[in-house]
Formats: sequence, structure tokens, C-alpha cells
Amino acid sequence: MTKLMNASDIHTLSVYVANKPGVLARIAQVFARRGFNIDSLVVSSSVDGNFSRMTITAQGDPAGLQQVIEALRKLIDVLHCVDHTNEDVVVRELALAKVKISPEERTEALQIADHFGAKTVDLTESSMILMVTGTTDKLDAMIGLVKKFQVIELVRTGKVVMARGGEET
Amino acid sequence: MPDKRIDGAQALINCLEREGIEYMFGLSGGAAIPLFDALVTTNTKIKFVLVRHEQGATHMADGYARATGKPAAVLVTSGPGATNTLTGIMTAHMDSVPMIVITGQSVSWMLGKDAFQEADIFGITMPVVKHSYLVKNANDIPRVAREAYYIATTGRPGPVLIDIPKNVSAGACTADLFQEMDLPGYKPYPETLDKEKILEIAEALNKSRKPVLLVGRGAIISDACAAVKALAEKLNAPVVNTLLGKGGFPETHRLAFGMLGMHGTAYATKAVVECDLILSIGSRFDDRIIGQPDKFCRNATKIHIDVDPAEIGKMIKPDLYLVGDARAILDELNKHVARLDTAEWLAHLDGYRKKYPLHYKKQGGLKMQHIMDEMYKLTGGKAVAVTDVGQHQMWAAQFWKTDGRNDWLSSGGAGTMGYGLPAAIGAQFGRPKDLVVLFCGDGGFQMTMSELATACLHKLPIKIIVMNNHYLGMVRQWQELFYDDRKSGVDLEGNPDFARLIENYENGKGLTLKRPADVRKILTRALEYKGGPCLVNAEVVKTENVFPMVPAGKPIEDLLVDPPRHKMEKPTGST
Ligand SMILES: Cc1ncc(C[n+]2csc(CCOP(=O)(O)OP(=O)(O)O)c2C)c(N)n1
Ligand SMILES: [Mg+2]
Repeated sequence: MTKLMNASDIHTLSVYVANKPGVLARIAQVFARRGFNIDSLVVSSSVDGNFSRMTITAQGDPAGLQQVIEALRKLIDVLHCVDHTNEDVVVRELALAKVKISPEERTEALQIADHFGAKTVDLTESSMILMVTGTTDKLDAMIGLVKKFQVIELVRTGKVVMARGGEET
Repeated sequence: MPDKRIDGAQALINCLEREGIEYMFGLSGGAAIPLFDALVTTNTKIKFVLVRHEQGATHMADGYARATGKPAAVLVTSGPGATNTLTGIMTAHMDSVPMIVITGQSVSWMLGKDAFQEADIFGITMPVVKHSYLVKNANDIPRVAREAYYIATTGRPGPVLIDIPKNVSAGACTADLFQEMDLPGYKPYPETLDKEKILEIAEALNKSRKPVLLVGRGAIISDACAAVKALAEKLNAPVVNTLLGKGGFPETHRLAFGMLGMHGTAYATKAVVECDLILSIGSRFDDRIIGQPDKFCRNATKIHIDVDPAEIGKMIKPDLYLVGDARAILDELNKHVARLDTAEWLAHLDGYRKKYPLHYKKQGGLKMQHIMDEMYKLTGGKAVAVTDVGQHQMWAAQFWKTDGRNDWLSSGGAGTMGYGLPAAIGAQFGRPKDLVVLFCGDGGFQMTMSELATACLHKLPIKIIVMNNHYLGMVRQWQELFYDDRKSGVDLEGNPDFARLIENYENGKGLTLKRPADVRKILTRALEYKGGPCLVNAEVVKTENVFPMVPAGKPIEDLLVDPPRHKMEKPTGST
């Protein structure tokens, strides 16, 4: 991720689209043409398999992003696009961290994992893979702590969001 | 159910015919052979016109659509045939022109394998189409054809591309030819008319003392012209128009102040600079008309009516706006507006009209403006006027007053040189009874002059006026004004004798115009020729410049009514 100037410049969009070839390319072009960088992108089939849900995190100045949102809505294959940036929605992310751990360090690593509710999904003599889910801040915090060990690989899914209660995502 | 087995290509032609496609412009090739075969085997009523270059086909479809308000189709082969349509698709997209482009494609199992003449035209055109399809099953064709037509022609119109692999066009189509559309994400118009907003807009208008109505192509597309006229007359408000808005409001009307912006009339631009309210009806506040966005109409109430929500706030943050069909909105708005006390405001602007009239000198060499002026007088302006791109285009916009809704064809957003001749051809096919006059530069003409063959073969009585200044004139003007007259890559030495050129084609007639004294005589002869296209090679003054001018990137109040006496800085605006 590139360095941010301002936290308010990070936007989380939920885009509900027709599940067809080329849709992702059309969406990516809306961002690319305007010089926006997509920080994370999650696409999966929705309840109705004819449609997909995309959660996109991108950064840029808010006025420009409003134009991006309008351009996304204009795509024929986009059913709706909602900016969840400043809304109270459920936001979750999952991270897998492969950490180099000697047997002596293991206890401390497990303590950290335990604190964050992380699971050990792989364990060898010299390494472990921790899986943590939660908000982005929580993941950042845990990853910050395990960095005292050597983090060999890190994979994050990027955010998924869902509106609460009767609200539509 | 179809009474006999048909293939995908036949299904496509049948469906497009049913949607109302009258003309198809194109050029064949291997991957498109089944599609071309279907033109014969279906006995379709669609008229096919063979072009000489695929770019020409797209501009013909574009010209047809702008001149008639109905879309035409383009039919080309895969690979280079398809990529040759790109400029025309982009041109149509920029100016919201409906068009259906059908490209043949390699067989589907070869997609992505660099098969002969395989081009990813679906991917290549993605940023310049309203929508596109890569059809993988012949049974999808009836639905796709119907959706394509619907998408191209509704809301903010635009080009739709249908890429059809050869095995799909040749494959059996067993689906019913009447299919429901499946477009859950497409809402071309808002569901309801926001009457509250309309009342707010009416209230703002009723409070205004110095209003201006700005008419763009959206007004023409939605056929809001009568409503615009009613609004202007009810309010007694001055009207300005964009390049593409010409004809949205009669330019000969007493309230019309003509085109604003970079090369607009001084009085139109000054009206916008000094107004206290500007109501845009289907214009997108393009950079050619607003100059520097943050300085545009700083103290005026800005109201934006547009069918495309993405245009609201894109260039200009409006004080009030309403998304929807211009005609529906204006019809409602007209119920709530009253006559304003604009006598003083109009008198003030008419003062500008007198002080800064459009002008040119008939002496000192042959001028493009003189030719346009004379053509206008000879025809009474009763013609479809088509332009190419460059100096002649701007002078035509200034001097050719357009009254009719579909009577002005010019590539605005894209500024595509080479647009003129094929667009005029398309217009003449669509309006066989009307006079079509093309004003073309010597540069742009040579980009698509291969279509002379098409025009001559079909004996289209187009008047082609080649404004031959032996330069890429508009670029030369910039070099003169902003780059110390260092001419670089603008000299069109080697121009052929265009009058003799057209004589090589059967039915084509060529005339030469050199002296100002001959303008009327030569144009009259051109108008009298009915056997096919008549080209007038007009040897005009080489270094005349277009004014008024707002240097790119400057606020519009910085407009230069006349040539500057001092050296100018390089412009900061894009082009
Ligand atoms: C396809 C294309 N290439 C380049 C340009 C840039 N351009 C804009 S106006 C112009 C000069 C046009 O010359 P000509 O057709 O002779 O018309 P004139 O300006 O002399 O009337 C050029 C090169 C363009 N608009 N389109
Ligand atoms: Mg020229």
C-alpha cells in the first residue's frame, strides 16, 4: 500500500454487479483512467449467482472519488454502488501471516495470537502460519506485534463490508 | 418459434431490422462472411453500404444518426477491420451518438491464441463504448440485439459494440427472436420527475435579472427544442449554445446569441461572463466553453439539467441541478416561470452584438467566412451543415446559423479530423431529399477522402467545399500566436488538385474557386449540379486566424475579440 496523505481519502465501496465476463475490467478501467489506485478488491458471487458483490478500497481526493462512483453506477453491468466510507457497517478482513519462529519463541507468539483471537493454521519446527480476522486496525496491530519475529509472507484479503440490519450493502 | 432453422447471423440481421435499423455501413472480411451472407439470405430491408475504410463506416453511421435522430449499424470484420472503427466509436461516444457496431471475430476456441486477424476488440473499445458484448452463444443474439439497440438509443445515447465469433454467427440459433431484455443495472431515466426541484429552479429563474440559457446537445437528443424555445420566450432570456447545441434553439431567433466558448461569439461569451444565472440544458460544461473551471460564472447561480448523473459536478459544481430528460423537465418547468424584466439586460447584450460583430473582409484574398456566408445566403440556411475539424469548423460554427434540430453535424468532444466527408455521406443517406453541405479542411479531407468512391457511386448530391489553405490551419494558428510563428509539421505541401481528383470518379464533379468575386457564381453552379457529389476546391487565404479566441486554460473573460498585438504566453490548457 502506498503512503496516505489523509485517512479521509480512503474509501470503501460496495459494488453490486452482473456476474459476467469483462465486468471487472470495466470497473478497473473507471479507476485507472482517473489515476486512482485500487488498494484492495474482493469479488465473490452473491446469494443470487447471477450477480457478484465487490468490495473495493481505493484512495484519492473525495471529489474525484465521487466522479468514480458516478462512473461506476453508469456502467450497464453495475446494479448499484454504495460508498460505505463514513458509515457504521460491519467491516472485516482476514490475514495470513507466515512467521519464522524458533521453538523458544513459540510461546510468546502464541500469546500474541491468542490475544487477537488468531488461529495457528500451520505449524512446523521453524515457522507457523497465523490466521486473524477482524477490522483492519486489529489486523494492523497484530501484524505490528508479530513483526518482532521474522514475517516471511503476509497475505490479506482486503476488506469486506456489510451494512447492518435492514440496510442494503 | 422461427419457422425454419436459422443461424446466428440471420437472427442478428432479422432482429436489427425489427428494431428499426435502416442502414448498415461496413466492409467485409473472413470472420464476418457469415454476417454478410445473412444480408443476402434474409432478404433484409436493411440497406448495406460498402465503404472504403472502416473508419468511414462509423462516421457514416454517426452522420446518419445525428441527421435523423435514429441509429445506424456498422458491420466489419475482425482484427484490423475492427480496430479501424475505433476512432469513429470514440467520436460517437464523446458526442453521445447512438450506434451499433458489429464486428466479426475469430472462432471462439481460438480467442486469446493470436489467431489470424484476432483482435481483442471487446477489450480495446471498452473505454469508448456505452456498452459491449462478446457473444458466445448464437441463442443469445436476439436478446443482445434488442438490448444493444435499447442501450444505444436511450438515456444518454452512445455506441454499443457486438463482437461475434465466426462459429457463433454461423451456428444455429434456435431461440425465439423475441427476447426479453435482461438489464437490471440500466436505468436510463429517473423513475419520477422531481417536481420540488423544478419549483426551486423556477424560483431561481424568477428571481434572476440577468439570466442566460445554455443549450447543449442534450436538448437536441431529448427533442426539447420546442420546450427550450418556449422557456426562452416566456422568460425573455438570452440563449447561447455549445458547438453541439447548434440547432437546439434557432440561431436566427432574436434571443439567440450563438456559440460561446473558445471560438464563440464575443457577445455569447460576454453574456455568460456577466450573467447572474446560467441554466444549462443538456450541456456538459466542457472545457472549451468554461475555460478555467474555478473562475467560470463565479458569481452566478449555476443550474444544471442533464440526463447523465455523472455529469453533475464533474466540471462545475452547480447550485441547483436535476437529472432527467430535458424535455420532460422543461415542459414542467415552463408551467412555473414568468416573464422576467430583462429588457435592460438584452439591450446591454445587443450592445455587444453591435460592438463586436462577427466580421471578415471580402477584399484581400478569398476567405472561408465569405464562402460560408454566401452559401448560407444562397441556401437560406436550409441544409444539413457538416464540418470537419479545424479553423473552417469554427468559422462554420460562427457564420452558419443553424435553426433545425438535426441540421448541424460536427465532431465536438473528439475533434476528429476526417469526420466530415463520411458523416455527410451518412447524413445524405438518411435525408435523401435535403441538401447536405460539407465544409472541410484540406487536411481532414485527405484523411477519409477514400469515401469519395462511396459518395460518387451512390450519386449523393453532397456539396463538398474543401477550404484549401494548404495548412493544418488550426495548428498553424496556435504556432503563430503562441510559438513565435515557428511552423512545425503543418505545411500541406503536395496537396493534389481536389477538383480534378473527384472528376476521376464517375458522377463526381469538381469546381475551382479562387477569387472572392467568383464565390456566388461557383457556389451556384455547385448547387445546380444534381448528378452526384460536387466538390469545390476553394483556394483560400493561407494564414487567416479565427477570432474571437479564449486561449486554452484561461478564464473566458480573457477572450480576445481581435488578434492580439503583443506576444502571447503558451497556453496552459490541454489543447
Ligand atoms: C485525427 C486528428 N489528428 C490531428 C488533429 C489535430 N488538429 C486539430 S485541427 C488540425 C488542423 C486541421 O487542418 P485542416 O483539415 O486543413 O483544417 P483547417 O484548420 O486548415 O481549416 C489538426 C491537425 C485532429 N483534430 N484530429
Ligand atoms: Mg487547412
